[in-house]
Amino acid sequence: MSLRKSHELHERRFSRNLGVALTLAAFIVIIFGLTVVKVTRGDFEPPRGAEVQN
Amino acid sequence: MSDASINASPARKKGRVDEASFGDYFALLKPRVMSLVVFTALVGLVAAPVTVHPVIGFCAILFIAIGGGASGALNMWWDADIDRVMKRTKGRPIPTGKVEEGEALAIGLALSGLSVIMLALATNIFAGAFLAFTIFFYAVVYTMWLKRSTPQNIVIGGAAGAFPPVIGWIAATGSMAVEPWLMFALTFMWTPPHFWALALFMRSDYDDAGVPMLTVTHGRRATRVHILVYTALLAIFAVGTSFSGVGGPIYLTVSLVLNALFLRGAWTISRRDEDDAEADNFKVERGFFKLSLLYLFLHFGAILAEALLKPYGLGGWS
Repeated sequence: MSLRKSHELHERRFSRNLGVALTLAAFIVIIFGLTVVKVTRGDFEPPRGAEVQN
Repeated sequence: MSDASINASPARKKGRVDEASFGDYFALLKPRVMSLVVFTALVGLVAAPVTVHPVIGFCAILFIAIGGGASGALNMWWDADIDRVMKRTKGRPIPTGKVEEGEALAIGLALSGLSVIMLALATNIFAGAFLAFTIFFYAVVYTMWLKRSTPQNIVIGGAAGAFPPVIGWIAATGSMAVEPWLMFALTFMWTPPHFWALALFMRSDYDDAGVPMLTVTHGRRATRVHILVYTALLAIFAVGTSFSGVGGPIYLTVSLVLNALFLRGAWTISRRDEDDAEADNFKVERGFFKLSLLYLFLHFGAILAEALLKPYGLGGWS
């Protein structure tokens, strides 16, 4: 008997794959947003004193 | 590939009823507990006396929630044997065979590491370290040690569920203060009466599972008295918090009303015997349990309201 596309097993697998894909996409967006905020606020800039010493 | 080959998949061979959907994995994170974590951590973050960038605040709450969810997955991994016995937990992903125990452990560990590192990067190392300690406390101190060894499991273990507002505060300020510990104590002291009421109307659930809840070790009469004593202590503390930095007139009003109702419920529970409770199918105990959920939500809601109104000169006592 040939495989039917509407098998419930495939629906569950699809839901799992879609869930993982959306979670990863959301994680990328969050990391990007967080990085933009941190860089814009100057969180990663060295202290001014350190520049003078160099 | 045929239907027969699907039926002979590894998942079937290992005795799993079904392959898990995404929702089954999400259920490992105990979403209902996570909602409490999110709300109380948010209140801790907003009540802190500093302004947090919305994106950083969102990330902090998200990673605290993921950390809470990770400890839930570790709890489900360790307690799979108990969950199979208890009516309340039989429908969880592991007892139903949708998720394997090893998967729960892997997800719990992976999300623990991710949440701690990300919280430390998004906010500060102190907050990340505190989240790591909270996960350790819930998964190891409570789940692996206290839960099966002492009737004080809920009393001490309740600390794990009480830490989120402290983490939220530290994420915002990078330092400690008295106020987040008042919020911690509110949840910490609320936990025993909340769970003991549940243990009363779940009847033999904990007994069957061999979990030494107070109802099992000291009897149901003693549990009823304990609920009253702990509720009285909680009421004194909860109303007293009104006069702290996170309190104010809104909090005081909400707290007075809720504690009067909560004390009345605890008093009624302490006066009832098992025949009365059986006769009305634990109506009072169930009502007390539902009220306890509202109790905590509205107390933290009042703290949130005080904090949000402060910039307009309305919140707090000043």
